[in-house]
Amino acid sequence: MQLGYNWLIYMDNDSNSIMAFNRHSPLIPGIFEVKSKSKETHDTWSIVLNNKEPCRVETFNPGQFNMLYAYGTGEIPISISGDCSNQKYIVHTIRDVGKVSHALCNLKSGDQVGVRGPFGTTWPMDQLKGKDVVIIGGGIGLAPIRPVIFHILENRDDYNRVAIAYGARAPEEMLYPTQIMDWRSHLDMQVRVTVDSASPKWHGQVGVVTTLIPRLNFNPDNTAALVCGPEIMIRFAVKELISNGINPDEIWVSMERNMKCGIGLSGHCQMGSMFVCKDGPVFNYMDVERYFRIKEL
Amino acid sequence: MELNVMQPDQLDDLIQGISLADYQVIGPMESNGAIAYEPIESADDLPRGIIDHQRPGKYALQKIQSSRFFGYTVSPFSWKKYLYPPVQTLFKAERNGQGIQLETDSHDVKYAFIGVRACELSAIKIQDKIFLGGDYVDLHYKERRENALIVAVECFNTCETCFCDSVGSGPEIPNGADIVLTEILESGEHYFLVRSETEAGQEILNQISLKDTENNHYLIKDAQLERVRAKLKRKVQTTGLKSKLLKNPDHPRWDEVAERCLACSNCTMVCPTCFCADVFDINDLDGNTKRERRWDSCFTSDFTYIHGGNIRHSVKSRYRQWLTHKFASWQDQFDSLGCVGCGRCITWCPPGIDITEELKALSIPPNQYKKGEINHV
Repeated sequence: MQLGYNWLIYMDNDSNSIMAFNRHSPLIPGIFEVKSKSKETHDTWSIVLNNKEPCRVETFNPGQFNMLYAYGTGEIPISISGDCSNQKYIVHTIRDVGKVSHALCNLKSGDQVGVRGPFGTTWPMDQLKGKDVVIIGGGIGLAPIRPVIFHILENRDDYNRVAIAYGARAPEEMLYPTQIMDWRSHLDMQVRVTVDSASPKWHGQVGVVTTLIPRLNFNPDNTAALVCGPEIMIRFAVKELISNGINPDEIWVSMERNMKCGIGLSGHCQMGSMFVCKDGPVFNYMDVERYFRIKEL
Repeated sequence: MELNVMQPDQLDDLIQGISLADYQVIGPMESNGAIAYEPIESADDLPRGIIDHQRPGKYALQKIQSSRFFGYTVSPFSWKKYLYPPVQTLFKAERNGQGIQLETDSHDVKYAFIGVRACELSAIKIQDKIFLGGDYVDLHYKERRENALIVAVECFNTCETCFCDSVGSGPEIPNGADIVLTEILESGEHYFLVRSETEAGQEILNQISLKDTENNHYLIKDAQLERVRAKLKRKVQTTGLKSKLLKNPDHPRWDEVAERCLACSNCTMVCPTCFCADVFDINDLDGNTKRERRWDSCFTSDFTYIHGGNIRHSVKSRYRQWLTHKFASWQDQFDSLGCVGCGRCITWCPPGIDITEELKALSIPPNQYKKGEINHV
């Protein structure tokens, strides 16, 4: 059976999102084309994917990921880092650290890739309405959370004060520096950046991202926090947020585990009773709090 | 539907009837010193007069003076290998300039399984929930499963390692079979009691001239099942087990069992409910590629690998994941236990780790537990 471009759009009634995978099985990708790509840092690239027909509805929600297939190499889960209101393209930001991510970072415009998704839970945009929103990102962890920032900028009146704290290892490792400058220019948004280490040329903050939290301006009684980054960073960021008065059930985290299918059938991403691919990657902190206390879970 | 009597020489008629209905008939046969579930052509292929001996870490067949067709208990293999094959090609791909062309096959074989035990049918129903019951359906599994015909056989014996009744998966055959057989061999008489449970099963049975049952047949059937139940010595106390396992991830017993566990993954390979898989991309020299899904095991070292390292590097954490999944987190995920008590993981564990014994030890509160308190035999 020849499949070629026969990827289908599956309407999911609950989330009103489209699913890009082959008509034969959710385990078989739909084919997308690389429209453009741009270098973010020395090892990180963003690729813009599109399909042959325009998508009819919202393509994905902030926080979700796709399984990206590089021909002959393999498939990995990559969060969607673009703007959900743009119906035409899907943007992924990929760090070149392994075999498949290397192949994906080496794609050229016009190359085709396999896409399955979007999968997983989303950042709770509706529940954040009317609240102060604190966004904590670490390293590449800014990518899965960037769709939230786009969404807030487009619907600014729905949200109260917004604070972004971003930590990178070094100034040259920072994702989206121009965009961060642009966000900083918004008077109704606090943006603070820190790096773990820097040369004397760096005039900004040095230190881990958690040190920025006490300096953000928010009303702890009406604040929701979103955290994405390395697990160790999530652990300490959550601790700091709680000690700054934020209610633990107003904290959401995005988790990372080994994923092979994205739909809960291959077992690799289990964290306690959760399949991170379908019960996550975005969790309310209280639903996974107990798992943070168990070593090697 | 109603119970009938079938003569032993009609078993072959049953197999031929199924085969004529376009099924590929898979049944038990002796192969390389073990019972295997393989394609069979007639009742002559069945392991007549062969029984199995299973103990922790031990398995042996014995030929005895008996005309019983289904004298063994369970094979090291399970029906999973047909419904959810160990290696399966998901798609083939070709490069076409900058483009990718995918190709996939549909699977059109209809399987009939002869000799499915109660625990094994329970296991199939558990896998149904995983592959068919969630938001995403595995269409490869669905196709095979919906086409399959299941001929279940009631157990007349137990193996030393099995414990179906305490996990609620037997010894009576749960619903879901197409045909149910009970092989009776007593007082010099040999016959089958047979009933269909679906239309597909009844259509097959309609082709065989079966005799009516007499009243005592029900008694004989029930008595045989009760004898099996009484023989099941291994038990799992499932009440409260979930919270005990979830609450005690640092129970000292995990360290003890980790000293014995080889992380060889045998238990997960023989388990009829384990479903974890990995995917591999295989390229040929012409530049074509295919993607295969293969069974995987949570005991392998890179199972939890993400950039930066493995989440579960110790054997303790992997054993804990497996056993906790089977008896605790599986309940949250699929609303049932992940164990059907077939005993395969005990039999095929090289050091003979017995999960019923481990669960007993893990059920003792950590502060009251003394090292080595429940010792393996």
